[in-house]
Order: sequence, then C-alpha cells, then structure tokens
Amino acid sequence: MTALPVPEVPHLREAEAFWSGIAAGEFLLERCRGCGAVVWYPRGFCPSCGSSDVTLEPASGEGTVYSFSVVHRGAGEYRGCEPYVVAYVELDEGPRILTNVVGGDPDSLVIGARVRMVFERGPDGSALYRFTTV
Amino acid sequence: MTEADRGAYIAGVFEHPRREIPELSTPRIHAEVAFGALADAGLDRSDIDGYLCDGSQNFRPVAFGVLSMAEYLGLECTYLDSTETGGSAPVVQVAHAAAAIAAGKCQAALVTSAGRPRSAPTSFERGSPEGSYEDVWGMSGAVTGYALSAQRHMHEFGTTSAQLAEVKVAASLHAQHNPNAFLRDVVSVEEVLESPMVSSPLHRLDCCVVTDGGGACIVVSGAVARKLSRPCVRVMGAGEAVRHSDLGRLSLTSTAAAVSGPMAFAAAGVSPRDIDYVSLYDSFTITVIETIEDLGFCEKGEGGRFVMDGALVAPHGRLPFNTDGGGMCNNHPGNRGGITKVVEAVRQLRSEAFPAVQVPDCGLALVNGTGGNIGTRMASATLILGRGDA
Repeated sequence: MTALPVPEVPHLREAEAFWSGIAAGEFLLERCRGCGAVVWYPRGFCPSCGSSDVTLEPASGEGTVYSFSVVHRGAGEYRGCEPYVVAYVELDEGPRILTNVVGGDPDSLVIGARVRMVFERGPDGSALYRFTTV
Repeated sequence: MTEADRGAYIAGVFEHPRREIPELSTPRIHAEVAFGALADAGLDRSDIDGYLCDGSQNFRPVAFGVLSMAEYLGLECTYLDSTETGGSAPVVQVAHAAAAIAAGKCQAALVTSAGRPRSAPTSFERGSPEGSYEDVWGMSGAVTGYALSAQRHMHEFGTTSAQLAEVKVAASLHAQHNPNAFLRDVVSVEEVLESPMVSSPLHRLDCCVVTDGGGACIVVSGAVARKLSRPCVRVMGAGEAVRHSDLGRLSLTSTAAAVSGPMAFAAAGVSPRDIDYVSLYDSFTITVIETIEDLGFCEKGEGGRFVMDGALVAPHGRLPFNTDGGGMCNNHPGNRGGITKVVEAVRQLRSEAFPAVQVPDCGLALVNGTGGNIGTRMASATLILGRGDA
C-alpha cells in the first residue's frame, strides 16, 4: 500500500490548539466542563449545553472501527494511492471520527476491529492523525 | 378566507430534456426550466410573486443567488427563499412555497433548480467548520460517505450488495421507456455487482448519473389553481428535518426521513399503506434502502429484503418508485436531483408518466428529498401530494 498524502489542513481559529496538538503528536479531545459532553469536532464551546467552558484533554488514542470503505477511485492528491481505507473510528471516549486506517491489508479489515492512533507528518510540517489495527 | 383557499397546488412542472448542455450557462438553464414550467401551468411570468432557488449558482464575488436570479428572470416577488440543503433543496422549497401561500405571502411561487456538472465539473470549496476533519482523508467525492453508511447497514442488518443492486435494476427497467434518460439500458443485478468498485461496498452502478440540466415547478394558491385548465396536484402534507454528526454520535443507518416522513404523513392524514407511488431520492442505492425504512414502508433493517422480487418496479410492484428512471438512470441535474422527484410525482398524479410505467389510478404520491450526505450531515424533506380530485 502506498503511503497516503498528509495534506495541509485549513482550520478555524478556535481549533488552533487542537491542531497544534496534532503537530506535537498529541490528540486532544474537547470536553465541556458544564455538562461533561465530549465535543467532536473541537469548536471552543459546547453545542450540547451552550457553555463556553470547554477544556482540551489528551485522548487514549484507542478505538474500534465503526464503519469503513476501501476506496478504489481516489480523488485529488489521493489518486494513485488506491486501495486505501477511509473509516469511522469510535474512540474509546465516545465520538465517531472520520480517519484513515493504514498499514494493513484493506481487504482484511472488519467492523469492530481494535485500532490505535498514529501520527503522520508531511515534508512541509503538516500532520494528521490516522489509525492502525492492533 | 375559506379553508380550501389555504391549500397549495402544484400547477406546472418542467424537466429540461437535455442531459449535457455545454453551450448554456447555469442561469440560462434556470430560465429555460422556469419558462417550461410557466407554459405547463398556463401562467405568465407576471403572475409569479414568489421565487425559490438554492445557492448552487455560486456567484462570485457576491453570493446573492436568489436575488440575482429574480432580477435575471424578471420576477417581481413578495416572497423569496434560498434554502440550501443540497439535493433536497427543491423539495424543501415546494414545502416552503406551500407554507408561504397558506400564510398569504404570495399566490404563485416558482421553484427552479439547475446545474451543469457534466460540462463544467466543480469541486466544493473548503472552508466549512467541519471540513478540517472530513475533507482530508481521501473520500471519493460523495460516494465514500454513502459507502460508510452502506457498510454499517450491511453489518447491522445483513443487507447485501445484491439487494442494493435491485434499486438500480428497477430504475433501469423504468429508464428504458424514457427517451431523455441518460442511461436507457436495462441492467441486471450481476452487471451492477461486476461494475468497478468505487468505494466499497458501492460499485459504479450503485451511483447516480452526473448530468447537466434542471427542472422547475410552480406552486399556486387555490384561487389561482381554480382558474387554470391543467390538472393541479394538491400539496397535502410536508415535513423537513436535519440529521448531523451530533458531536460524533452519528448514526449511519438512518436518515432524517425518519422525522420528516411522519410529519408529512400526519399533516396529510394518511399512512404509508395509502401511497400509490413514491419519488425517492436515489443519489446511491443505499439512500433508497434507508429511506424506505425511515418512511415506514418496512421495518428498520428490512429495506434490503423489501426491494427484492421487483417491489420497486412499476406499475405493479408493491412500491413503484422513480418511474422516470430516477437519479440512478435518468437525471441528477447539477448533482442535486430534488426537482426531478417532484416532477415525476406530478406526472404520475396527472397520469402523464410513460404508459409502460404509469401506476393505475395513481391518487396519492410521496416525494422524499435527501440532501447533503447520509454519512455525515443531511436534510430530508418529505411531501405528500394528491391528485386534484383527491
């Protein structure tokens, strides 16, 4: 399997701390101090209760595959990397997040597989969180 | 105002006959479908006092789509709506037009939808708040989101690729009778399964077509409807709802039709078993399977089994659907097919569908639009339409 690109990720200013964490190899989850909700994706306030009292906490980086698709016709900079896996991973903290599962045989992946987060970096300093099967 | 006067009626519809339009601009296609619907209704441009279109024209530098378009079309309006929910937008807008008419805001509202992705492909601009977490993983256009839903549906309910393929097969059986359909060849389950995998488990033939074109419809008050000679179709009930990723707690196996459907049925005072014909948004085969379940035509998880044995095939299937060939085979203009769903339902209720697929004595139709992506966030709109004498 070809290594996947690590594109630059434009983001809103309220998510700066989250993406700084990714660049530093740390996945921080936003949690509301008002109602306790884990907020995905990070936005600096809690859409569950409306509180602006949110904090970033390190996540376990562990999860299970909730659903996945093996892409055979990539778009943009992913063209030529097929086949590769786009998945929803359910983090052990709860949120189901979109990502790639890398490093294994796409055709042997199953829903429910345990996965662990890895950080990948591009030559220009960009960084992304992905997962490998455990 | 009498009770009858608060009703809203679809007086005219038009689907652009072409599927590839390299020489016309998108606004010009809006104009052609607008004039087509006016002619069908027997109305003049000066009769129109409400105008609704989505924001897909993407005008730069100022994105005042509906305002620019009202001027371009020469409309003088007391009601405008530019609700942008992707492919379901025209279905939402028929409901909004009916509500505006009921509230006395306008008497005759025009809804147009158009685009030309076949001749001028464009990509979505990055910049939405969620894009940082979704646009970077190599999703194969819209396909991968729907593929994630299909995979989860298969996992939870045992749905198979062959069952998904039945949706395409039924649409192709209908499209063979439509001379304007983009794909007119009848396909088999095997041909769907043997078509190239795009984003597993969805094959190329699990996907809708990419076409230029558009369509329009005109919604009028009872007072206007009574003056027209063409048969009008009554808007009996409507519902709309949104479902999104909800802080990461998203569901992949149901759509917002689970909310918009019951709202529309309640407003119309009917139930799924009363429906003679359905126009179901068919961006992908899985969209139809989940929608059938969410609207209550079968239990959740039974959609795959429901569509086997020709249930969707007109005129005699249990739930005849998309008799124009749908987005699967006929038309998905501008990558958003909501208007074609309204148009074909009106054809059925006027007994103007192609004879081979006309549902006998079709009195009650359901239209369901699904916009956005069922793998992330989406807006459903459901309409219940009744024949004029219903």
